[in-house]
Amino acid sequence: MSSLKFDVAVIGGGPAGLAAALSARTAGAKDVLVIERDRELGGILQQCIHNGFGLHRFHEELTGPTYSGRFIRQVKADAGITVWEDTLVLEVRNDKTIWAINPQQGLIGITAKAVVFAMGCRERTRGAIRIPGLRPAGIFTAGAAQRMVNMEGYITGKKIVVLGSGDIGLIMARRMTLEGAKVQAVVELLPYSNGLTRNVVQCLEDFGIPLHLSHTVSFIHGKDKITGVTVAAVDQDRNIIPGTEFELDCDCLLLSVGLIPENELSRGIVDLDGLTSGPTVNQYRQTSYDGFFAAGNVVHVHDLVDFVSEEGDIAGKFAALYAQGKLPTATNVVAVKAGQGIRTVVPQRISWPDSSGKVRLFMRAQEPAVRVKLKIAAGEDVLVERQLPIARPGEMIVVDVPFDKIPDCTQEISVTLQAVQGGGLRE
Amino acid sequence: MNNQEQKASKRLTCIVCPMSCVGEVEIADNQIVRMVGFTCKRGQEYAKNEVTAPKRVLTTTIRISKGVLPLLPVVSQTPLPKEKIIECARCLANITVKAPVREGDAVYKDILGLGVDMIASRDIEAVGK
Repeated sequence: MSSLKFDVAVIGGGPAGLAAALSARTAGAKDVLVIERDRELGGILQQCIHNGFGLHRFHEELTGPTYSGRFIRQVKADAGITVWEDTLVLEVRNDKTIWAINPQQGLIGITAKAVVFAMGCRERTRGAIRIPGLRPAGIFTAGAAQRMVNMEGYITGKKIVVLGSGDIGLIMARRMTLEGAKVQAVVELLPYSNGLTRNVVQCLEDFGIPLHLSHTVSFIHGKDKITGVTVAAVDQDRNIIPGTEFELDCDCLLLSVGLIPENELSRGIVDLDGLTSGPTVNQYRQTSYDGFFAAGNVVHVHDLVDFVSEEGDIAGKFAALYAQGKLPTATNVVAVKAGQGIRTVVPQRISWPDSSGKVRLFMRAQEPAVRVKLKIAAGEDVLVERQLPIARPGEMIVVDVPFDKIPDCTQEISVTLQAVQGGGLRE
Repeated sequence: MNNQEQKASKRLTCIVCPMSCVGEVEIADNQIVRMVGFTCKRGQEYAKNEVTAPKRVLTTTIRISKGVLPLLPVVSQTPLPKEKIIECARCLANITVKAPVREGDAVYKDILGLGVDMIASRDIEAVGK
C-alpha cells in the first residue's frame, strides 16, 4: 500500500478534470494528481467522434478526441501533474483522504490539501423510466452504445429505435445509420426536441429518420432478445393516449433519456442541489465543504464542453489557492435563486470577498419560449437585464454579472425569465 | 414543359444560430428565384448553399491494426457533398490502417476522388508501446 500527499487531487480525467489540473498548476499548485478510472484520459469526449466541439475555446469545430487531445498533451507535458489511469476511487473522506485502487499499486491512500470533483455525469437507464416489458438483450443507453460502436468495434444492432431526442440520441441515430443500421424512428416524450436544431436537421432529416414528438415507448417486446417496441402518443400530462399505439420492429433500443451528475463519491461530504443533482457551489466552484471543489457535468449537465473546461479552469485555480492558504474565508454569502421561468442556476451562491471581478451565471430555462426578458435582480435592484430572442431548456443561458453591481448587503439574487410583448411559449 | 413544372420550392430549417428560422426557397431553372423566412444574411447564405450544394463534414471510424484500440476516429478535412456521405462511409468500412497513428495524419487520401482527405482525429499508439 502506498501513501502519498498532493496539493490538489482531481478526481476524473475528462474535460473538467484536465482543465482543473492545468489551471491548478498555473495558479501555483506544486503537485497535482489526476485520477482516472478509464484506461486513458479524455473522458467521454474520446467516444464523441463527431465534430462541433471547441467553438468558444478554440474558434474551431473539433471532434471530441481532438478537443481532449489538446488538453491531454499539455497535462502529460507538465512534470508537476501526476496522472493515474485505470485507477478507481473507492472513497473520499472529509479530511481529504482519498482511497483508490489500481492494478499496479493496489490500494492507495492519498491526502490532498484540496480536492476537485470532476466525475462528470451518468446516463439514466431503463430502470429510471420504468418501461414495461420483459428484460431482453438489446437495450442500451445511447452513450454505452456510442462507446461500443466508436471505440470498441461492436455494433449494438441493425434495426434501431432511439428513445429520447437529446443531442446524444440524435447523434447516435446518425452514427448507426452511417454504420449501416436502419434507424426506425426517434421517439420523444416532450412536444419538442431537447437537442440542437442542427442535430435534428443533420442527424435525422438528412437521413429521413422519423421523429415522433409527444410519443413514448410503452412496451418492450421480446424475451431473450428484443424484437420490437410499442410506441404510443402522450397527452399534455405525459400520460399515454389509449388507441394511439403502434409497433416498431427492432433488434436494439437505444435510450437517451437524460444525464445525472455522478456524485457517488461527493454525496455525504457536500450539499447537493435537488434540481441540478450536483453540489451547490460558489463562484469559485467551492462546494459547501471547505477545500472541496467541483466542476463540469458533476455540478450540472452542460451542453457545450467549452463551458465544462471553463468551470474546470475556475475550480482548479481556486483549489490551488486554497491549497496554498490564499483563498480567504467567506465573510458574506449571497444566495442565487432560480425564479420564474428558470429551472436551474449555477453557481448557487456568491461569496465575499471576491477576486473574480465578474460572476458568470449558467442557467436553464423551464420551457422553450420566444422573445423573453432575462432579469437578474437583488430585491428591487436590477443588476442585469437582457432580451433573448429565444430560450430553450436544452441550451444553457450564460450571463456575466459584474461583481461591483452586486449590493454588498444583499442576501439573495434572483434570476427570472419572462415573456415580453409578442413573446411566450414556443410551439 | 410550362413554367409551373420547372418551379420547385423547398422548406428549410436554418442551423446557423439558435433562432432556427424556418424559411422557403423557390427554385426555377436551377436558379433561386425567391427566398422567404430567413431573417439574417448568414441564414440566407446558409439556405442558398443548402439548396444549391449542401455539404457535410463526415466523422466516422476506420479499422486500425496493432493499435491499443480496434478503431480510429477520422474526420473529413473539409465538408463533403451531402449526397456522397453514405457512399464515403461505405468506402471507409473497407479500410484498415496500421498503428501508430498521430492526430492530423491523412489516413486516407482523396476519398472517392472528391479531393478530400480523411484525417485521424486522435493519436492511437501501437500495442506494447
